[in-house]
Amino acid sequence: MYPSRFAYEAPTSIDEAIALLDAGGGEAKVLSGGQSLIPMLKLRFASPATIVDINNIPDLDYHRVDAEGNLHIGALCRHVDLEQSTTLGDTHPTLAAAAELVADPIVRSRGTFVGSVCHADPQGDWAATMVAQGGYIVAQGPNGRREIDIREFVLGPFVTALAYNEMAVEAVIPGAKGTPRGSYLKLERRVGDFATASVAVSLDMDGDVVRRAGCALAGVGGRTIDANDAISCLEGKTLTDDSIDQASDAVAAVAEPRTDHRGSDAYKRHIVQTFVKRILTNLARSEQKAA
Amino acid sequence: MALDELKIGGMGASRRRVEDNRFIRGKGKYIDDVVLPGMLHMEIVRSTIAHGRIKSIDTSAAWEVPGVRLVMTGETMAARNLAWMPTLSYDTQAVMATDKVRFQGQEVAAVIADDPYIAKDACSKIVVEYEQLPAIVNPEQAQDPEMPLIRDDKVNQTSNKVFDWEIGDKEATDRAFAEADVVSSLELHYPRSHPSPLEPCGSIADFDRSTGKLTVYMTTQAPHIIRAAVAMVAELPEHQIRIISPDLGGGFGNKVPVYPGYVISILASILTERPVKWIEDKTGNLISTGFGRDVYLKGEMALRKDGKILGMRMHTTSDHGAFFADAQPTKFKIGLMHSTFACYDLPAAHLTSEGYYTNKAPGGVAYRCSFRVTEAMFFQERMIHAAANDLGMDQAEFRRVNLVKDDMFPYRTAFGFLTDSGQYAKCLDLGLEAIGYSTFKQEQEEARKRGKLLGIGISTMTEPLGAGNSREYDIIGIKMFDSAELRVHMTGKAILRTGAKTQGQGHETTWAQIVAHELGIPADDIVVEEGDTDTAPFGMGTYASRSTPVAGAAVAMVSRKIRAKARKIAAHLLEVSEEDIEWELGRFYVRGNEERGVTIQDCALAAYSNVPDGLEPGLENNAYYDPPNLTWPFAAYICKVEVDPVTGVWDVLKFVAVDDCGVRINPMVVEGQIMGGLTEAYAMANMQYITFDEEGNCIGANYIDYLLPTAWETPGFELHEVVTPCPHHPIGAKGIGECATVGGPAAFVNAVMNAIEHTGVRNVDMPLMPNRIYEAVKTGNDISGMPPVKAG
Amino acid sequence: MTSLYDEVQTPTEGVPTRRITVVVNGEKRTVDVEPRLLLAHLLRQGLQLTGTHVGCDTTSCGACTVLYDGRPVKSCTMLAVQADGHEVETVEGMASASELHPVQEGFKQEHGLQCGYCTPGMMLTSKALLERNPNPTEDEVRWALSGNLCRCTGYQNIVKSVLWAAEKMRAQQGEDA
Repeated sequence: MYPSRFAYEAPTSIDEAIALLDAGGGEAKVLSGGQSLIPMLKLRFASPATIVDINNIPDLDYHRVDAEGNLHIGALCRHVDLEQSTTLGDTHPTLAAAAELVADPIVRSRGTFVGSVCHADPQGDWAATMVAQGGYIVAQGPNGRREIDIREFVLGPFVTALAYNEMAVEAVIPGAKGTPRGSYLKLERRVGDFATASVAVSLDMDGDVVRRAGCALAGVGGRTIDANDAISCLEGKTLTDDSIDQASDAVAAVAEPRTDHRGSDAYKRHIVQTFVKRILTNLARSEQKAA
Repeated sequence: MALDELKIGGMGASRRRVEDNRFIRGKGKYIDDVVLPGMLHMEIVRSTIAHGRIKSIDTSAAWEVPGVRLVMTGETMAARNLAWMPTLSYDTQAVMATDKVRFQGQEVAAVIADDPYIAKDACSKIVVEYEQLPAIVNPEQAQDPEMPLIRDDKVNQTSNKVFDWEIGDKEATDRAFAEADVVSSLELHYPRSHPSPLEPCGSIADFDRSTGKLTVYMTTQAPHIIRAAVAMVAELPEHQIRIISPDLGGGFGNKVPVYPGYVISILASILTERPVKWIEDKTGNLISTGFGRDVYLKGEMALRKDGKILGMRMHTTSDHGAFFADAQPTKFKIGLMHSTFACYDLPAAHLTSEGYYTNKAPGGVAYRCSFRVTEAMFFQERMIHAAANDLGMDQAEFRRVNLVKDDMFPYRTAFGFLTDSGQYAKCLDLGLEAIGYSTFKQEQEEARKRGKLLGIGISTMTEPLGAGNSREYDIIGIKMFDSAELRVHMTGKAILRTGAKTQGQGHETTWAQIVAHELGIPADDIVVEEGDTDTAPFGMGTYASRSTPVAGAAVAMVSRKIRAKARKIAAHLLEVSEEDIEWELGRFYVRGNEERGVTIQDCALAAYSNVPDGLEPGLENNAYYDPPNLTWPFAAYICKVEVDPVTGVWDVLKFVAVDDCGVRINPMVVEGQIMGGLTEAYAMANMQYITFDEEGNCIGANYIDYLLPTAWETPGFELHEVVTPCPHHPIGAKGIGECATVGGPAAFVNAVMNAIEHTGVRNVDMPLMPNRIYEAVKTGNDISGMPPVKAG
Repeated sequence: MTSLYDEVQTPTEGVPTRRITVVVNGEKRTVDVEPRLLLAHLLRQGLQLTGTHVGCDTTSCGACTVLYDGRPVKSCTMLAVQADGHEVETVEGMASASELHPVQEGFKQEHGLQCGYCTPGMMLTSKALLERNPNPTEDEVRWALSGNLCRCTGYQNIVKSVLWAAEKMRAQQGEDA
């Protein structure tokens, strides 16, 4: 309940923050939403020497779609900002579906998208949506900015490719070239529970043909599972019972679930398959309605 | 003219709550809100392993932390004979481990410092070395001769068994089975659960050396029992001990036992000569304090082919953790488990029971039920459900055939209880009508054709509340009466104190309603206090739904004593003899001359200014109530669910509750209790449990693993009422606080079992998590035991 | 000495503190705190506003919910230093000098509390909801409150309390309009 002592800095610019991380020599930790870090401090699972609070850095709380349709999410954009967006469902439906399922409503008012991805929890919802859609994290360090593809960003549970003196300033998720479709399903026993299994599906449609399909899983392995290759069997096809079955089987096969008190590995794999099928079937139905 | 009872906040009024006035303003005074001058703060170091010898404890670094005042270990306690203390079940319990730790989370050391942050810093510097021993995590392992002896501290303890117990008539029961056309059997585990009130436990111990008085603020539902226990354990004179129970953020039975933290804080205060505050964190609460349930139940029913139950036998195996610390009436090792089947006309029954020590937290409290009655009624309704199916009989019809009929009261159960009132069939019929039972079978069949699994589950039960009469009931020898003390001031306002202790049940509001009913004093003119042993009359506290049946009765009785004295004063004021005085709500009048009367307020003033010769001044009294019998509320809970066979997720479509708790003092409060209880029932049926891995690590020691439902998952409830007054209770009330938690789980489980019964599944142990339902549907096998799944 | 735990005023040597100014219930409060002090403890121990309660240690229960710049946050999962320059509203700030907030009234009218421990958090989350959505459905209320646990009430009356308050607030708006 009571964190151990740490030094605290509240920089007002990104450069200042970077300098502090650099000086910290790996013992400094970025605090953004704090909804993952502070619980760890309280249980003393983390005891950094310095906390670098970035909440006072201006102009980081945005989310906007650029001229090419790419979504830019600033480091201080809160989950609730995405949940309450009236346009996200049109441009990035997979993220829109996930937005209301992250943690609980109160945590969502403080926690950040970028912070959540950087926390790299294998259960993390946002990382799964990014891996399914592609995209990158913009990291800034003493030597300037670099873009880290999301598939190279998460290295393992709670470990990312960020150097100790780098800060993630933005996440960029590409838009669809055609019509964006997608969804996110999560089996949780109650709001705020860790997922038994979650599935993010993102489709880029050319009429009723799948131009690009992306998929990622959370909660069914030691890290976010990249199922993009598995679901790519949908590409160039329409959504039919056969193509949907093929895709859901392929995705289920790449899950790496472990048996625990939420269920057996077979059960979790079955849920993955079920969710992929449900997402795709619902999308197919709404396609038909639209047509 | 008699007063309008509802207008003055008498019985039957949904009077808005008095305690709300401070709670909605954030002005409640819970234990952590209490600040005493010079107060220090205590944090406890808990064992990380479930079973092991303590090789060494190094506290030297902890002492060096600036702001640390005292570091205590088992040795500190042992030097003052306080390393062990007696439990409420005549066992002993470690206050702080000396030789061994016997469950994960057991108290090993404590730090007292200027603030809890510093105390925690120092705790993290204490190094404990263990020699790990194999951990026993269930009664089966406890019986394994290869496994170690947990209670090697006890002389003459040669096994891990705590007790054997039995009740009932074995011969008669055996004969019943010999005659049976059909025998239905069932075996299940009621998993370990935890009352988990939102506010954890805590104490502030303040020993004043100059006066020799020990004051302890404590989260306790039973302050007087605590005073007696502290007197025994700390060997301090009882009149020099004051226990103050402040506002409690929920109790549910968790705040009844005497916890090591309280005792440690008391010694810490004596040693530091300062007040010492100990506030538990949620992990400490879940991992070490009084849990509920964790009983294996096995039973059989002897049935005649027309549906009549001829006999029932059952065996329970209970898991008591490392110390037998159940808080329950002493005579009954497994509480009131033998109240099972009390609502049915059961000719013969036999119950055997055994209890075991395991390397888990001690206890088995009455978690929102009357002493093991949740297990009793859950098992009853699960067996009834299975038996009806085994006979090929409709669930409602099977119950109708066997429920005790209205004209059979008073009814002596096969286990010796005397139930005295009820309209069981009426409650059941009301519930069936409300849920739409008559058309359900067809609805279910049609849905199944479309791949949707619907189910209905029924749970009917009567619960023994208000323990209990002094002939049979006591806790460590203290009889289970309760008390009320009423003082009416000269302006007709009053103060009432009782030996109960509310934790959200609304006593400040409802007890005043009883007084208003008896005396016609408006409820708003009556202040109610509980919880301070220096001022409250002796009582056994509030748990097991005993307050309305016992303390509430005492409130009515003391009010009647006051009224009897006021009658004498009225006769004096009206200058007639007492025989000519009549009473209506709020006033006495002369028989035959209604105009001539005096109000109760007139009598109160006269009590201080104009008493008749020979009568003492003042208008106050007390009453100690020894209930003649238990009370017997009845409930019919009916649940309709839909199960998704593909994921195993199930949703409640409708839930109907018909409760007969006798006369309702405050209908709004009664309904609140029912809905709260049904939610805990839902939680236990669906997601709430504590389990352990093979090393004895506790899974469920925080709110990430121990799941409580939110407003989103929790279903809505449709409530109905039937009123059959209790024939022996002064105001005909029976008590209601826990009925729904007792009877509710079986309604949910029976509904889900009904939805999937076409697969051949007969039982899935709680919690019915999606993965377990899925496994059951897929394989057609029963699922027993705790997650991970052990297919049966 | 971590911060503002009362009575024992012996500051620990060499422990740096930070001076912060927080507007709490409309009033500017300036205090010196250690960075590790949780906002919940600043409110409870430092400012003696004990209406905000602590109910768990894993950011799960929401009993500690306060409004931070108008948004509900779990005060046990924020550092006090983060509130520097910001506005915090606790349950003690809900009522005006002369009357209760409709949400507080609603909870009393509709029996939305029993032990009262989750109530401050519930009410503040409800207040924030109604400011954003003056006419919520039952589902919207339940969803908004799904980060606040209650053990006593079973939630049904809490929902009724919020809807009662919503109706009263809409009526008041209508009068003011």
